[in-house]
Amino acid sequence: MSVHIAFSGGLEDLFNKQRNLTVPLESQLTLKQLVFHLKDRYLQTRPELFMSGDSLRPGIIVLVNDMDWELCGKDDYVVQDRDAISFISTLHGG
Amino acid sequence: MIKSCELCGIEKPAIKRPKTGQGICKPCFFSAIENEVHETIISSNLFHPGEKIAIGASGGKDSTVLIHLLDLLNKRHNYGIELHLLSIDEGIVGYRDDSLVTVKRNQEVYQLPLTIVSYSELFGWTMDQIVKKIGLNNNCTYCGVFRRQALDRGARMIGAEKIATGHNADDIAETVLMNLLRGDHFRLGKSTDIVTGEEGDMPRCKPLKYLYEKEIVLYAHYQNLDYFSTECVYSPNAYRGYAREFLKDLERIRPRAILDIIHSGEMLSVSAPAPAKMTCERCGNVSSNKICKACTLLETLSKP
Repeated sequence: MSVHIAFSGGLEDLFNKQRNLTVPLESQLTLKQLVFHLKDRYLQTRPELFMSGDSLRPGIIVLVNDMDWELCGKDDYVVQDRDAISFISTLHGG
Repeated sequence: MIKSCELCGIEKPAIKRPKTGQGICKPCFFSAIENEVHETIISSNLFHPGEKIAIGASGGKDSTVLIHLLDLLNKRHNYGIELHLLSIDEGIVGYRDDSLVTVKRNQEVYQLPLTIVSYSELFGWTMDQIVKKIGLNNNCTYCGVFRRQALDRGARMIGAEKIATGHNADDIAETVLMNLLRGDHFRLGKSTDIVTGEEGDMPRCKPLKYLYEKEIVLYAHYQNLDYFSTECVYSPNAYRGYAREFLKDLERIRPRAILDIIHSGEMLSVSAPAPAKMTCERCGNVSSNKICKACTLLETLSKP
C-alpha cells in the first residue's frame, strides 16, 4: 500500500523542499507511527520542528483526506491505502 | 468518528473548531468564520462609512485571510470603506522579496491598490545592512520598532484613517503572556484591546482578534488562498517563540485556553498610568520620549 503526503506552511523546507511525496508502506500504520516513519526516512533537517517528544509538534495541523485529524482519532487513526495526508504548519509568520 | 456536520447535519465534517469542539463541514465553517468576524467588526464599531483602511499585508496567512475577509464583508454588508494594501519592505533578501511577490498576486486577485514602503527609503537602512552592521543580536528589536513606524507613516502617506492588521487570537494570547512575564503593566493592559492608538493620529485594529490560528490556516487552505510561509532568514524572536510553544502545548490539552487568556487580559484592570504621548524632536513622529525609539536606534547604527 502507499499513501500520498503533502507538506505546507513551511514544513516542506524540512523535507528537501518537497511539497508532495508518495510513501510506500509495508504494513498498516497508525498516524503516530507514520509520523515516526516520515521523520526516520524522509526528514532532512531540524527534527525538532516536526516532532516534540514522541509526537507531532503542537501547531502542526493534519488533514486526512481533507478532514481535520482531530475528527478521526488523531494519533490512533489507522492509515488506509491511498489516503491523502496533509501536514500544515501554523507556526510561520503571519 | 462523527458522520455528519454538527451544525447542518448534512455534509461531511471537515474541521473540529477549537472554540466549540464541534465537528463542522466546510460551508458551515466558512459561514461561521465570516459571520463571527462581521460580528466583531460591528460590535466593536471598527469601521465607519467613507473611511480608508490600510491593511497591513505581509503575504503571510493572517494578512491574506484578513484581505479576503475584509474585501468579502465590505461587499456583502456594505461597510462603505475603501481598502488599500500596505506592505513594508524591510529589505531582507530571500524572505521579504519573495513574500511581496505573493502580496502582488493577491493585489491582482482582489483588485485593491497596493503601496509598498521600504526601510531603506524611510530609514536609510535595509535589515540586511543592519544585520551586517550589528549581527544577529537584537536585530528583531530594530525590525519591530521600524515596522511599527513604517506602517504608521505608510498609512498616512496613502491617506488612510486606520490600519487593520491580521493579529489572531493566538498572537494576542501570546502577547498577554509575554507582557505578564516581563511585568510590562502598561502593555499588558492594552494588549487585548481590539483598537489601539486612538489617542494618536493612526489607530490600529485587529478584526481577527478572536480567530484561532488553526481556523485561519484551515480557512486559507479550504478557500485555496495564496499565501507565503517561510521563516524569516534571521533568528526568530526567541522569547516569543517560548511563549508560543507553551501556548500550543496548552491548546493541545485544552483548546479554550487561548480565548480564556484573552478574556483574562480583557478583565484585568491595570493601574499603570499611560506614558505621555509627544512628538519626536528629531523626526516628528509619535513618541513616548523626546527622541523616539526609531531615532534612538538609528543613532546607534550611525556610530562606527
